[in-house]
Amino acid sequence: MFQNQYETVFILTPVLSEAQIKDAVDKFKSVLTDHGAEILNEEAWGLRKLAYTIQHKTTGFYQLFEFKSSPTLIAVLETEFKRDERILRFLTTKLDKHAAAYSAKRKSGASKSKETAPAAE
Amino acid sequence: MSLVNEPVERKEQNRKKYCRFKKLGIKYVDYKDPNFLLKFLNEQGKILPRRLTGNSLKFQRRVATAIKRARHLALLPYVADGLK
Repeated sequence: MFQNQYETVFILTPVLSEAQIKDAVDKFKSVLTDHGAEILNEEAWGLRKLAYTIQHKTTGFYQLFEFKSSPTLIAVLETEFKRDERILRFLTTKLDKHAAAYSAKRKSGASKSKETAPAAE
Repeated sequence: MSLVNEPVERKEQNRKKYCRFKKLGIKYVDYKDPNFLLKFLNEQGKILPRRLTGNSLKFQRRVATAIKRARHLALLPYVADGLK
């Protein structure tokens, strides 16, 4: 079946405990894997300061998923995001070939733990 | 004493502007990296026009969409004072 490559970043409210954050992240990972998506990369940026307050909160827990899935899964994922009140904000983007090559390089760069300039191709 | 107007220092204007993305061969503007995108914002957080950034049209649009996505994710502010 036809699969695109997507990347979704979402922000969890900072008031959650460590366990709640972990179970929220696992919940969304299971939403993806249950519907046959293949997760390529997963990053937790941890607690970060927001550039502006969202729902009166100044920090948020950022989580990134990069996955390959059929286009129909995205609607399911987004309703799941909308329904969950722990999510402050989410953004799903489709990766074209340049973006996919870039993220593959970034992942390999990160694993080599060499501080590669992210923009340099 | 004849009025001699000395040559106006114009070296700054006619510096050939180049598109940094073509020169460096960058193909994708990452919206998740605010430090890189800061180069294209002024102090108030507004997107700089092409004539200042020197970007080609294709990459200026990609930078603009990346900045708007970063703003949506609160990586970059919509309005700021003294952003740099």
